[in-house]
Amino acid sequence: MSTRTKLVPPPEGVSGEGFFATKLNDVVGLARANSLWPLPFATSCCGIEFMATMASHYDLARFGSERVSFSPRQADMLMVMGTISKKMAPILRQVYEQMSEPRWVISVGACACSGGIFDTYSVLQGIDKVIPVDVYVPGCPPRPEQIVDGVMQLQELVRNESVRRRNSPEYKELLASYNL
Amino acid sequence: MAIETATIQEKIAQEFGSNVLDFQTQQGIFSFEASSEKIHDVIHFLKEDADLNFHFLTDLCGIHYPDNDDNHQFAVVYHMHNWVENTRIKIKTYLNGANPELKTASNLFLSANWMERETFDFYGINFIGHPQLKRILNMDEMVSFPMRKEFPMEDSGRTDKDDRFFGRTAMNSQHSI
Repeated sequence: MSTRTKLVPPPEGVSGEGFFATKLNDVVGLARANSLWPLPFATSCCGIEFMATMASHYDLARFGSERVSFSPRQADMLMVMGTISKKMAPILRQVYEQMSEPRWVISVGACACSGGIFDTYSVLQGIDKVIPVDVYVPGCPPRPEQIVDGVMQLQELVRNESVRRRNSPEYKELLASYNL
Repeated sequence: MAIETATIQEKIAQEFGSNVLDFQTQQGIFSFEASSEKIHDVIHFLKEDADLNFHFLTDLCGIHYPDNDDNHQFAVVYHMHNWVENTRIKIKTYLNGANPELKTASNLFLSANWMERETFDFYGINFIGHPQLKRILNMDEMVSFPMRKEFPMEDSGRTDKDDRFFGRTAMNSQHSI
Protein backbone atom coordinates (compact mmCIF):
# COMPACT_ATOMS: atom_id res chain seq x y z
CA MET A 1 0.00 0.00 0.00
CA SER A 2 1.47 3.32 -1.00
CA THR A 3 1.34 6.10 1.52
CA ARG A 4 2.54 9.69 1.57
CA THR A 5 3.23 9.48 5.27
CA LYS A 6 6.93 9.62 5.94
CA LEU A 7 8.31 7.67 8.85
CA VAL A 8 11.45 8.61 10.71
CA PRO A 9 14.22 6.28 9.56
CA PRO A 10 15.38 3.83 12.22
CA PRO A 11 18.77 4.38 13.83
CA GLU A 12 21.79 2.35 12.85
CA GLY A 13 21.61 -1.16 14.14
CA VAL A 14 21.62 -4.83 13.45
CA SER A 15 18.40 -6.37 12.34
CA GLY A 16 17.52 -9.97 11.82
CA GLU A 17 14.46 -12.13 11.83
CA GLY A 18 12.24 -10.85 14.63
CA PHE A 19 14.80 -8.60 16.29
CA PHE A 20 16.50 -5.25 15.91
CA ALA A 21 19.48 -4.31 18.03
CA THR A 22 20.72 -0.74 18.44
CA LYS A 23 22.00 1.66 21.05
CA LEU A 24 19.69 2.93 23.78
CA ASN A 25 21.07 6.41 23.20
CA ASP A 26 19.90 6.37 19.59
CA VAL A 27 16.42 5.14 20.39
CA VAL A 28 15.89 7.63 23.19
CA GLY A 29 17.32 10.41 21.04
CA LEU A 30 15.03 9.45 18.18
CA ALA A 31 11.98 9.45 20.43
CA ARG A 32 12.85 12.72 22.12
CA ALA A 33 13.79 14.54 18.93
CA ASN A 34 10.52 13.70 17.24
CA SER A 35 8.22 14.61 20.08
CA LEU A 36 9.51 17.95 21.32
CA TRP A 37 6.67 19.70 23.08
CA PRO A 38 7.19 23.42 22.76
CA LEU A 39 6.42 25.92 25.49
CA PRO A 40 5.98 29.27 23.76
CA PHE A 41 7.15 32.21 25.84
CA ALA A 42 6.07 34.88 23.38
CA THR A 43 6.27 38.53 24.32
CA SER A 44 6.20 40.37 21.02
CA CYS A 45 6.40 40.20 17.23
CA CYS A 46 8.49 37.00 17.10
CA GLY A 47 5.52 35.41 18.84
CA ILE A 48 3.36 36.37 15.87
CA GLU A 49 5.82 34.60 13.58
CA PHE A 50 5.61 31.60 15.87
CA MET A 51 1.83 31.58 15.46
CA ALA A 52 2.38 31.40 11.70
CA THR A 53 4.90 28.62 12.31
CA MET A 54 2.38 26.60 14.27
CA ALA A 55 -0.45 27.21 11.80
CA SER A 56 -1.27 25.00 8.83
CA HIS A 57 0.94 26.68 6.25
CA TYR A 58 4.26 25.98 7.97
CA ASP A 59 2.85 23.39 10.38
CA LEU A 60 5.41 22.72 13.08
CA ALA A 61 3.37 19.59 13.88
CA ARG A 62 5.23 17.87 11.04
CA PHE A 63 8.25 17.82 13.35
CA GLY A 64 6.44 16.21 16.25
CA SER A 65 5.61 19.48 17.95
CA GLU A 66 1.87 19.35 17.48
CA ARG A 67 1.14 19.64 21.15
CA VAL A 68 1.97 23.11 22.39
CA SER A 69 2.35 22.83 26.12
CA PHE A 70 1.27 25.84 28.09
CA SER A 71 2.45 24.22 31.27
CA PRO A 72 6.22 24.25 31.79
CA ARG A 73 6.05 20.90 33.56
CA GLN A 74 5.03 18.98 30.45
CA ALA A 75 7.22 20.88 28.00
CA ASP A 76 10.58 19.89 26.54
CA MET A 77 11.48 22.93 24.50
CA LEU A 78 11.19 26.47 25.83
CA MET A 79 10.87 28.88 22.94
CA VAL A 80 11.57 32.43 24.04
CA MET A 81 10.27 34.83 21.43
CA GLY A 82 10.51 38.55 21.91
CA THR A 83 11.99 41.23 24.09
CA ILE A 84 12.56 40.18 27.68
CA SER A 85 12.68 43.13 30.02
CA LYS A 86 14.75 42.95 33.17
CA LYS A 87 11.56 42.88 35.17
CA MET A 88 10.47 39.82 33.19
CA ALA A 89 13.80 37.99 33.66
CA PRO A 90 12.98 36.38 37.05
CA ILE A 91 9.69 35.10 35.61
CA LEU A 92 11.50 33.54 32.65
CA ARG A 93 13.89 31.90 35.08
CA GLN A 94 11.01 30.58 37.11
CA VAL A 95 9.42 29.08 34.00
CA TYR A 96 12.72 27.44 33.12
CA GLU A 97 13.11 26.08 36.64
CA GLN A 98 9.63 24.58 36.50
CA MET A 99 10.47 22.56 33.39
CA SER A 100 11.57 19.02 34.07
CA GLU A 101 14.72 17.52 32.60
CA PRO A 102 15.53 17.01 29.83
CA ARG A 103 14.77 20.54 28.73
CA TRP A 104 15.99 22.66 25.85
CA VAL A 105 15.79 26.34 25.06
CA ILE A 106 15.46 28.06 21.70
CA SER A 107 16.03 31.79 21.67
CA VAL A 108 14.03 33.22 18.77
CA GLY A 109 14.79 36.64 17.34
CA ALA A 110 17.34 39.36 17.92
CA CYS A 111 15.80 40.61 21.18
CA ALA A 112 15.83 37.25 22.91
CA CYS A 113 19.33 36.50 21.60
CA SER A 114 21.06 39.78 22.39
CA GLY A 115 18.57 42.48 23.33
CA GLY A 116 18.21 43.45 19.68
CA ILE A 117 17.62 47.12 19.03
CA PHE A 118 16.77 47.64 22.68
CA ASP A 119 20.18 48.56 24.00
CA THR A 120 18.62 50.15 27.03
CA TYR A 121 18.52 50.06 30.80
CA SER A 122 15.22 48.19 31.03
CA VAL A 123 15.87 45.32 28.63
CA LEU A 124 17.72 42.10 29.30
CA GLN A 125 20.62 41.92 26.84
CA GLY A 126 19.93 38.37 25.73
CA ILE A 127 18.19 35.60 27.65
CA ASP A 128 21.48 33.73 27.97
CA LYS A 129 22.23 36.17 30.78
CA VAL A 130 19.71 34.28 32.92
CA ILE A 131 19.16 30.81 31.41
CA PRO A 132 21.26 28.48 29.23
CA VAL A 133 20.29 28.52 25.54
CA ASP A 134 20.68 25.64 23.07
CA VAL A 135 19.76 27.22 19.74
CA TYR A 136 19.74 30.87 18.68
CA VAL A 137 17.49 31.91 15.79
CA PRO A 138 18.51 35.28 14.36
CA GLY A 139 16.15 37.70 12.66
CA CYS A 140 13.97 40.64 13.49
CA PRO A 141 11.61 38.89 13.42
CA PRO A 142 12.78 35.61 11.87
CA ARG A 143 10.58 34.10 9.18
CA PRO A 144 8.72 30.91 10.06
CA GLU A 145 11.19 28.98 7.91
CA GLN A 146 13.98 30.18 10.18
CA ILE A 147 12.08 29.15 13.30
CA VAL A 148 11.45 25.72 11.75
CA ASP A 149 15.15 25.54 10.93
CA GLY A 150 15.94 26.38 14.55
CA VAL A 151 13.70 23.56 15.71
CA MET A 152 15.38 21.18 13.25
CA GLN A 153 18.79 22.23 14.57
CA LEU A 154 17.55 21.48 18.05
CA GLN A 155 16.23 18.10 16.92
CA GLU A 156 19.71 17.34 15.69
CA LEU A 157 21.13 18.23 19.10
CA VAL A 158 18.51 16.16 20.89
CA ARG A 159 19.01 13.18 18.60
CA ASN A 160 22.72 13.07 19.36
CA GLU A 161 22.54 13.89 23.04
CA SER A 162 23.75 11.21 25.42
CA VAL A 163 21.14 9.96 27.87
CA ARG A 164 23.74 10.54 30.57
CA ARG A 165 24.41 14.16 29.67
CA ARG A 166 21.97 15.61 32.21
CA ASN A 167 23.79 13.81 35.00
CA SER A 168 27.25 14.82 33.89
CA PRO A 169 29.41 17.17 35.97
CA GLU A 170 29.74 19.49 32.95
CA TYR A 171 25.99 19.95 32.79
CA LYS A 172 25.75 20.54 36.52
CA GLU A 173 28.53 23.05 36.22
CA LEU A 174 26.62 24.80 33.44
CA LEU A 175 23.51 25.07 35.59
CA ALA A 176 25.58 26.18 38.55
CA SER A 177 27.04 28.97 36.46
CA TYR A 178 23.47 30.27 36.09
CA ASN A 179 22.73 29.67 39.79
CA LEU A 180 20.03 27.19 38.82
CA MET B 1 -18.42 76.18 25.25
CA ALA B 2 -14.97 76.33 26.71
CA ILE B 3 -14.32 78.38 29.80
CA GLU B 4 -12.65 81.70 29.03
CA THR B 5 -8.96 81.58 29.85
CA ALA B 6 -9.24 85.08 31.31
CA THR B 7 -11.86 83.81 33.76
CA ILE B 8 -9.66 80.90 34.82
CA GLN B 9 -6.61 83.12 35.23
CA GLU B 10 -8.54 85.65 37.28
CA LYS B 11 -9.95 83.03 39.64
CA ILE B 12 -6.63 81.31 40.18
CA ALA B 13 -4.65 84.52 40.60
CA GLN B 14 -7.20 85.77 43.08
CA GLU B 15 -6.99 82.57 45.12
CA PHE B 16 -3.25 81.99 45.07
CA GLY B 17 -1.66 85.37 44.40
CA SER B 18 2.10 85.15 43.94
CA ASN B 19 2.17 81.36 44.12
CA VAL B 20 0.96 81.12 40.55
CA LEU B 21 2.72 82.76 37.62
CA ASP B 22 3.64 82.57 33.97
CA PHE B 23 0.13 82.29 32.52
CA GLN B 24 0.20 81.50 28.81
CA THR B 25 -1.46 79.44 26.13
CA GLN B 26 0.77 76.70 24.75
CA GLN B 27 -0.34 74.46 21.90
CA GLY B 28 -3.88 75.67 22.47
CA ILE B 29 -3.84 74.66 26.14
CA PHE B 30 -3.95 77.23 28.89
CA SER B 31 -0.91 76.74 31.11
CA PHE B 32 0.63 78.20 34.20
CA GLU B 33 3.26 77.55 36.79
CA ALA B 34 2.53 76.96 40.46
CA SER B 35 4.90 76.82 43.41
CA SER B 36 5.58 73.31 44.70
CA GLU B 37 4.30 74.22 48.19
CA LYS B 38 0.92 75.23 46.84
CA ILE B 39 0.50 72.75 44.00
CA HIS B 40 -1.73 70.43 46.01
CA ASP B 41 -4.05 73.31 46.89
CA VAL B 42 -4.08 74.51 43.29
CA ILE B 43 -5.10 71.06 42.02
CA HIS B 44 -7.71 70.81 44.75
CA PHE B 45 -9.09 74.24 43.87
CA LEU B 46 -9.23 73.48 40.15
CA LYS B 47 -11.06 70.26 40.86
CA GLU B 48 -13.55 71.50 43.44
CA ASP B 49 -14.37 75.01 42.26
CA ALA B 50 -17.92 74.94 40.86
CA ASP B 51 -17.10 77.08 37.82
CA LEU B 52 -13.76 75.56 36.92
CA ASN B 53 -14.63 71.91 37.64
CA PHE B 54 -11.46 70.33 36.24
CA HIS B 55 -12.59 66.94 37.49
CA PHE B 56 -10.33 64.70 35.40
CA LEU B 57 -6.57 64.25 35.73
CA THR B 58 -5.46 63.36 32.21
CA ASP B 59 -1.78 63.05 32.90
CA LEU B 60 0.91 63.57 35.46
CA CYS B 61 4.56 63.29 34.59
CA GLY B 62 8.05 64.44 35.43
CA ILE B 63 10.67 66.34 33.45
CA HIS B 64 14.36 66.75 34.11
CA TYR B 65 16.06 70.02 33.11
CA PRO B 66 19.76 69.40 33.77
CA ASP B 67 20.74 72.91 32.59
CA ASN B 68 18.42 74.80 34.92
CA ASP B 69 19.45 76.19 38.28
CA ASP B 70 19.17 74.07 41.40
CA ASN B 71 15.63 75.09 42.23
CA HIS B 72 14.35 74.32 38.75
CA GLN B 73 16.03 70.96 38.08
CA PHE B 74 12.84 68.95 38.01
CA ALA B 75 9.32 69.72 36.96
CA VAL B 76 6.08 67.88 37.51
CA VAL B 77 3.35 68.54 34.97
CA TYR B 78 -0.35 68.05 35.57
CA HIS B 79 -2.84 67.95 32.73
CA MET B 80 -6.45 68.40 33.78
CA HIS B 81 -9.65 68.29 31.79
CA ASN B 82 -13.13 69.61 32.31
CA TRP B 83 -15.33 67.23 30.34
CA VAL B 84 -18.47 69.32 30.71
CA GLU B 85 -16.99 72.42 29.12
CA ASN B 86 -14.33 70.49 27.21
CA THR B 87 -11.57 72.68 28.57
CA ARG B 88 -8.05 71.52 29.29
CA ILE B 89 -5.42 73.03 31.53
CA LYS B 90 -1.75 72.35 32.20
CA ILE B 91 0.01 73.13 35.46
CA LYS B 92 3.74 72.91 35.90
CA THR B 93 5.65 73.00 39.15
CA TYR B 94 9.42 73.14 39.55
CA LEU B 95 11.35 71.21 42.18
CA ASN B 96 14.76 71.41 43.77
CA GLY B 97 17.40 69.12 42.26
CA ALA B 98 18.82 67.88 45.55
CA ASN B 99 15.52 67.26 47.24
CA PRO B 100 12.71 66.84 44.71
CA GLU B 101 9.54 66.39 46.72
CA LEU B 102 5.98 67.59 46.77
CA LYS B 103 2.62 66.55 48.14
CA THR B 104 0.83 63.66 46.50
CA ALA B 105 -2.28 64.26 44.42
CA SER B 106 -3.44 60.68 44.94
CA ASN B 107 -5.84 61.76 47.68
CA LEU B 108 -7.59 63.98 45.11
CA PHE B 109 -7.40 61.70 42.09
CA LEU B 110 -6.99 57.94 42.48
CA SER B 111 -5.52 57.88 38.98
CA ALA B 112 -2.56 59.87 40.29
CA ASN B 113 -1.45 56.83 42.29
CA TRP B 114 0.20 54.95 39.42
CA MET B 115 1.30 58.08 37.57
CA GLU B 116 3.14 59.30 40.64
CA ARG B 117 4.73 55.90 41.09
CA GLU B 118 5.91 56.08 37.50
CA THR B 119 7.31 59.58 38.04
CA PHE B 120 9.09 58.34 41.14
CA ASP B 121 10.36 55.31 39.27
CA PHE B 122 11.94 57.32 36.47
CA TYR B 123 12.89 60.62 38.13
CA GLY B 124 13.13 59.84 41.82
CA ILE B 125 10.62 62.55 42.70
CA ASN B 126 9.26 61.98 46.17
CA PHE B 127 5.50 62.35 46.53
CA ILE B 128 4.84 62.96 50.20
CA GLY B 129 1.81 61.10 51.49
CA HIS B 130 1.63 58.65 48.61
CA PRO B 131 0.17 55.33 49.87
CA GLN B 132 2.67 53.07 48.09
CA LEU B 133 5.58 54.94 46.57
CA LYS B 134 7.64 52.17 44.98
CA ARG B 135 8.81 51.33 41.48
CA ILE B 136 6.10 50.40 39.04
CA LEU B 137 7.63 49.73 35.60
CA ASN B 138 11.28 49.02 36.28
CA MET B 139 12.58 46.11 38.25
CA ASP B 140 12.65 46.60 42.01
CA GLU B 141 16.41 46.03 42.25
CA MET B 142 17.20 49.03 40.08
CA VAL B 143 19.04 51.77 41.95
CA SER B 144 19.13 54.55 39.36
CA PHE B 145 16.36 56.82 38.13
CA PRO B 146 16.85 56.17 34.42
CA MET B 147 15.14 59.22 32.93
CA ARG B 148 17.47 61.55 34.79
CA LYS B 149 19.96 62.78 32.25
CA GLU B 150 23.02 61.77 34.26
CA PHE B 151 22.18 58.10 33.83
CA PRO B 152 23.05 56.44 30.52
CA MET B 153 20.27 55.01 28.41
CA GLU B 154 22.35 52.07 27.24
CA ASP B 155 22.73 48.88 29.18
CA SER B 156 26.25 48.29 30.39
CA GLY B 157 25.87 44.53 30.06
CA ARG B 158 25.74 44.68 26.28
CA THR B 159 28.50 42.59 24.76
CA ASP B 160 27.71 42.25 21.05
CA LYS B 161 28.12 45.91 20.08
CA ASP B 162 31.31 47.70 19.20
CA ASP B 163 31.10 51.03 20.99
CA ARG B 164 32.80 52.90 18.17
CA PHE B 165 30.06 52.08 15.69
CA PHE B 166 26.99 52.46 17.83
CA GLY B 167 27.41 55.87 19.40
CA ARG B 168 28.17 54.46 22.80
CA THR B 169 30.65 56.41 24.84
CA ALA B 170 33.27 55.12 27.22
CA MET B 171 31.37 56.67 30.10
CA ASN B 172 28.28 54.70 29.22
CA SER B 173 30.04 51.38 29.10
CA GLN B 174 31.80 51.99 32.41
CA HIS B 175 28.61 52.87 34.17
CA SER B 176 26.88 49.88 35.66
CA ILE B 177 23.30 49.80 36.74
